[in-house]
Amino acid sequence: MSTLTTTPDTSNEGTGTGPGPGGRASDPAAGRTVPRREIPWSLVAALVALAWFVVALVAPAALSPHDPLALDLGAALQPPGWLHWAGTDEAGRDLYGRIVWGTRDSLAIGAGATTVSIGIAVVLGALAALAPTPVAAAVDALLEILFAFPTLLLALLLVALLGPSAATAMIAVGVGTAPGYARMIRAQILGAKRSGYVEAAVALGHKRRRVLVRHIVPNAVRPLVAVVALSIGQSIVWASSLSFLGLGIAPPSSEWGALLDAGRTYVTQAWWLTVIPGLVIVALALTTTTLGKHLQRALERGER
Amino acid sequence: MSTTQQTSTRAGRAALTGAETAAETDPTPRFGVRDLNVAFEHRSGRRPVVHDVSFDLAAGECLAIVGESGSGKSVTARTLVGLTGGASVVEASRLEFDGRDVRGLRGRDWRGIRGGRIGFVLQDALVSLDPLRPVGDEIAESLRLHGWGDAARRRERVVELLAAVGVPEPELRARQRPDELSGGLRQRALIASAIANDPEVVIADEPTTALDVTVQAQVLDLLEAQKRRGVAIVLISHDLSVVARLADRVLVMSGGHVVEQGTTHDVLTDPRHEYTRRLIAAVPGEHTRGARLTVAAPPAGVSGGASREGASTDSEAGLVRRTQEARADSGDDAPVLEARGLVKTFASGRHGVRRAVDDVSFRLERGRTLGIVGESGSGKSTTARLALALTRPDAGEVTLLGQPWSALTERRRRDRRSLVTVVQQDPLSSFDPRWNTERVLVDALPAGRFTTAAARAERVRELVTRVGLPEEALARFPLQLSGGQRQRVSIARALAPEPAVIVLDEAVSALDVSVQAQVLDLLADLQRQLGLSYLFISHDLGVIYHVSDDVLVMRDGRVVERGTAEDVFERPREAYTRELVGALPRLADGALPRSPGRPR
Repeated sequence: MSTLTTTPDTSNEGTGTGPGPGGRASDPAAGRTVPRREIPWSLVAALVALAWFVVALVAPAALSPHDPLALDLGAALQPPGWLHWAGTDEAGRDLYGRIVWGTRDSLAIGAGATTVSIGIAVVLGALAALAPTPVAAAVDALLEILFAFPTLLLALLLVALLGPSAATAMIAVGVGTAPGYARMIRAQILGAKRSGYVEAAVALGHKRRRVLVRHIVPNAVRPLVAVVALSIGQSIVWASSLSFLGLGIAPPSSEWGALLDAGRTYVTQAWWLTVIPGLVIVALALTTTTLGKHLQRALERGER
Repeated sequence: MSTTQQTSTRAGRAALTGAETAAETDPTPRFGVRDLNVAFEHRSGRRPVVHDVSFDLAAGECLAIVGESGSGKSVTARTLVGLTGGASVVEASRLEFDGRDVRGLRGRDWRGIRGGRIGFVLQDALVSLDPLRPVGDEIAESLRLHGWGDAARRRERVVELLAAVGVPEPELRARQRPDELSGGLRQRALIASAIANDPEVVIADEPTTALDVTVQAQVLDLLEAQKRRGVAIVLISHDLSVVARLADRVLVMSGGHVVEQGTTHDVLTDPRHEYTRRLIAAVPGEHTRGARLTVAAPPAGVSGGASREGASTDSEAGLVRRTQEARADSGDDAPVLEARGLVKTFASGRHGVRRAVDDVSFRLERGRTLGIVGESGSGKSTTARLALALTRPDAGEVTLLGQPWSALTERRRRDRRSLVTVVQQDPLSSFDPRWNTERVLVDALPAGRFTTAAARAERVRELVTRVGLPEEALARFPLQLSGGQRQRVSIARALAPEPAVIVLDEAVSALDVSVQAQVLDLLADLQRQLGLSYLFISHDLGVIYHVSDDVLVMRDGRVVERGTAEDVFERPREAYTRELVGALPRLADGALPRSPGRPR
């Protein structure tokens, strides 16, 4: 046997499972020869759109010279043109201006509803996953019941109870979308709680709180970052639905859903009153969704 | 070499007859493969995975392709059924099935052959079978695709097939979905589906890897029966004992190359290639007790010489001192870990309980290894969790160094947790994906010692060196480490608190045989150096025999037999133990590699 010891070959383990993950490990080296990483066009588009939304939010006047509330009955229901890029409504108000000035209300509802939604979801999800059995079972049942309601129905119920207003729309959308996120958070926490690393941490004698703070919470929250980004767009769509039904923000405001609702009456004569605000809502939802996705990917890359 | 001559005559005959007759006496090899090369296209270029593989396979013959993960053995097998995927480039000077050139075949052409004339058995029947479809329908589908009979005849045939592969109550089983069947039954259903159309060749890719040893024996019998009926078998396996049981000839692959081929007996008893010798030597079992499994010197770091010896004395002294203090506390010669009458039940179904662990007692003495062996569902992992006090027994007690352990509240147990640590089975899920090795190990250091950052960093470096990892591993995240490296990190984490006992729960089960050998050698070294005690849990009889001083055989939550490893394995008293030991496939008699360089 002694003749064999001349070539101690331990490469088997060093290279791991050979061409499998080993091949992947060589990729960074290959990447070094091509220093610039291609930036996907969807990300560029989303960033441009985001810039527009941010300006509309902080300095709407910079984007539109028109006063969104200035009536000009002589110029009512004009189609999109040189003077009025997005046309005018039945009272001659500039639609583009109204969209720009409506950004604040729309985004406030989106962000507010997301905050409400994720807030409720974190509490309920954590309770369902971590509380003592009777509490967890009760929360679980509550979530199941809430989940069985369509989001819009749940929101309508709240509007009926509280009366239509911006705050109500925010709360209603937040509560309506919370059960889905709560279940997701619950699943994340349970997954982390049952993982080998949590068991290992307990076996090492770490305190319950330390295990919770160091392992369970960070691993459960990780996917939430992207979810929040996705949720803002979703919430605006939901809030727009409420406004469209006349249950959201009242008319003087030019929140985008309210614009849709107002334009509905003229949909046969003035298509732009519904189509253009609709496209803006879609654009915002796409923007947050795209950014959320890229954020998530970046976070996953950062882990490795 | 005789095989080559045989091949040339066969090839000549094939050229003469040239017919596609599939009679059993047909000398045409089922498969004729020459200079097979397979590569995968990547964005970064072409990555070759199989180099110049040549072999023949005759009717009624079993050819085993042996190798570790990444050796190219599965890709080679998949080439034979045209399943290498779109990104692959397959080249060969000859690639024939039953005398027919299959090099240019497209997906559609393959479909007529695959499942009909060639059956394919995959490793994991749970993912290979449609979870939503009763297994009977799955098998009938394969019959239908090849135009076999009408629906009623096919139903009969399915039941016949299931009965033929030894599935009890075949009518009932045919109507069940894969998740309603045990692993063994699923694997048999998969084999039934592979042989449904009376194929001439069965390709079995790790057909027994996920199975318990008694079930494995049944599946091997099944394949053996097919072989006797004249079916040619290509067996892909990393398990040499399975190969020894079934194969006539062996092809040993490493890094995409064939390093050795010959008859099973020759290759296993007189391996000529260094790699084959190491592979055979790495198989743990009766012949390896007390010996090292790795032929080569241990990896750099473990054999790191003076610096390591110097660095480790402090920790060794610390550990020995601590264990001695603990022993002094406990008075006399109390066992390190002792269990008395442990019972653990789980709710099962609507009413009723399942006794996962039922009246289990054991004593683990200092510096010794107690092996717990059993098949899946035998309660061995629950026993491990009870020993770690991660779950509370319904009855019975575990004591640690003669003092209460399972009976304490978690708050009072925490101080003593550092004495019992664990190495888990799955090396990936046992680490927080956000933490690198350094953070994992710092987190595991005993509280109150190593108070400065410098001391912690120093200690963590000692630990990785001790388990044979380079210091660079400290900065790596779990995903960036290989399976064997992860398990070494896992061992380092278990060592960090300076324990007296390490519970190893299937700690080497997910590893390739040569990596397993390195890890087992490392564990043996650590035990000798640090006086550790091991509670070693495994389903693998060979591993248990190799490592254990004492053995506990478990079945259905109960201890079936206990004793020294020699007694249990050489003179089993209970029928079940005899069945287990008997079902254990062994390498050919005297399979230990003889002295190298001996001419054949």
